Amino acid sequence: MRKEVIKIMKWFRILIRNIRDGFKSVGRNLSLSIASISCITITLLIVAVALIVSYNVENITKLVKEDFTIVAFIDTDASDEQIGELKSTIETYKNVESVKHETKIEIANEMKNTSDSLSGIIDSWSDESNPLYDTLLIKVKDTEKISDTANKVDNLKLIKEVKYGQGMVESLLSVFKFLEKAMIVAMIALIFVTLFLITNTIKITIFSRKREIEIMRLVGASNFSIKQPFVIEGFCLGFLGAVIPVAITLYGYSALYNHFNGQLFSPFIKLVTPEPFIYIVSLVLLGLGVVVGMFGSYRAVRKYLKI
Amino acid sequence: MEFIKFRNVEKTYKNGVNALYNMNLDIKKGEFVFVIGASGSGKSTLIKMLYREERPTSGEIYLGGINVAKVKNSKVYKLRRKIGIVFQDYKLLPKLTVYENVAFALEIYGLPSDEIKRKVLKALDLVGLKSRTKSYPDQLSGGEQQRVAIARAIVNSPKLLICDEPTGNLDPDTSLEVMKVIEKINDLGTTVVMATHDREMVNKMKKRVILLDNGKLTKDYEKGSYKNHEVV
Repeated sequence: MRKEVIKIMKWFRILIRNIRDGFKSVGRNLSLSIASISCITITLLIVAVALIVSYNVENITKLVKEDFTIVAFIDTDASDEQIGELKSTIETYKNVESVKHETKIEIANEMKNTSDSLSGIIDSWSDESNPLYDTLLIKVKDTEKISDTANKVDNLKLIKEVKYGQGMVESLLSVFKFLEKAMIVAMIALIFVTLFLITNTIKITIFSRKREIEIMRLVGASNFSIKQPFVIEGFCLGFLGAVIPVAITLYGYSALYNHFNGQLFSPFIKLVTPEPFIYIVSLVLLGLGVVVGMFGSYRAVRKYLKI
Repeated sequence: MEFIKFRNVEKTYKNGVNALYNMNLDIKKGEFVFVIGASGSGKSTLIKMLYREERPTSGEIYLGGINVAKVKNSKVYKLRRKIGIVFQDYKLLPKLTVYENVAFALEIYGLPSDEIKRKVLKALDLVGLKSRTKSYPDQLSGGEQQRVAIARAIVNSPKLLICDEPTGNLDPDTSLEVMKVIEKINDLGTTVVMATHDREMVNKMKKRVILLDNGKLTKDYEKGSYKNHEVV
């Protein structure tokens, strides 16, 4: 029991000293530490911008997709009962999210609000002479299959015509698909570049301390206790390197959001609200910096331990 | 009792150079042994194999019962903790003070701070540098730096002190000073193996001398000297 306590005390003292040494060597090798920190800062800034842009693009495509609607015009001679049946039939379709019935009177009232010149004409219509059709507004679950669903609805009796922005929707969808793929590829590439850049800078930092590692080995330091202070140093470098990108994300994005009133160029392009988005991005940046810093140091030291 | 045993040790480097041939050697506990020979005679290889920087191509090396050749890379540190090593170029860390340089060798064992302090001051006292604890290596003379390196090597009370041309960079007076320190350590019971070129020193010390020539052990004198005709 006493022996174990002594052993734990020993490990604890080694750990404390290594943490002390890890922090100390950031200051002792200041110029190289600054080089590593600025490298991490710059790469993490790029990652931050990429994260913010890609998440916003994804958000916008999601919003646009949610707006996709199939408009089905119903024959004028359909009775209310038949319309109700039609609605429930369409609701059973797998890809259908919701169906909303709009009567021609509702549509006429809506149109009245859009322009003054129209309202005069529409006012002259009686319920019978209203030339508009009753419509069903159908939202789908999977926008990729919107044309299949539209065709199915079109084939139903009493449906006069179906519109969902044929052609437009397809090309928009393919653009979105391409954007999504491009974003994923860019993010993966960026993460690899970050890893490579940061590990390389740290490698150079540690290369200049080959002698230190050599001496540690000669006086009988175990590989583990040689690695530990370097890994802690890598943690410090990663953490310090993430400070500026995190600050820019927290303050910069909120400022940007407020400046544009949360929308870009038109009310259709809505930006992601800053909270909790910026906190998540900050956490990702911090985590990336710290993990890559530690990993980079670990890899670099290992190279000099193979004697 | 043999402390160090070399049995049929051969060493061929990867580039094909033969550094040692069929070496057999016994060194007793507490002995002081000079290893001499011209450059390229295999001195450094012999020394490096003692602290397992190099492995023999064949044969066995025993150090206090441990087969050094069989020690794994990841376990080398355990062997190194039992020996002290002194180099020609001191190998001190320039950014640490004298005290820190010596304490460094103990901190890695996780000793308590007061024990480290006691041992470091004792070692520095032994080499006569107790007053320079706060100096940095570049503020010291070559002889003083080498004494710091010796203090670091003996601070953990090793059974064996290995010296690879410790006086190679020093003038004769300073060399003598350093040598006296090492002799003192030997008197306290530590076995010393020293590779050297320093003819005058070897003649003066009258210790056991092993002469290497082209990778072969050619002479082994009990109380030897570095005679002119032996120098290639």
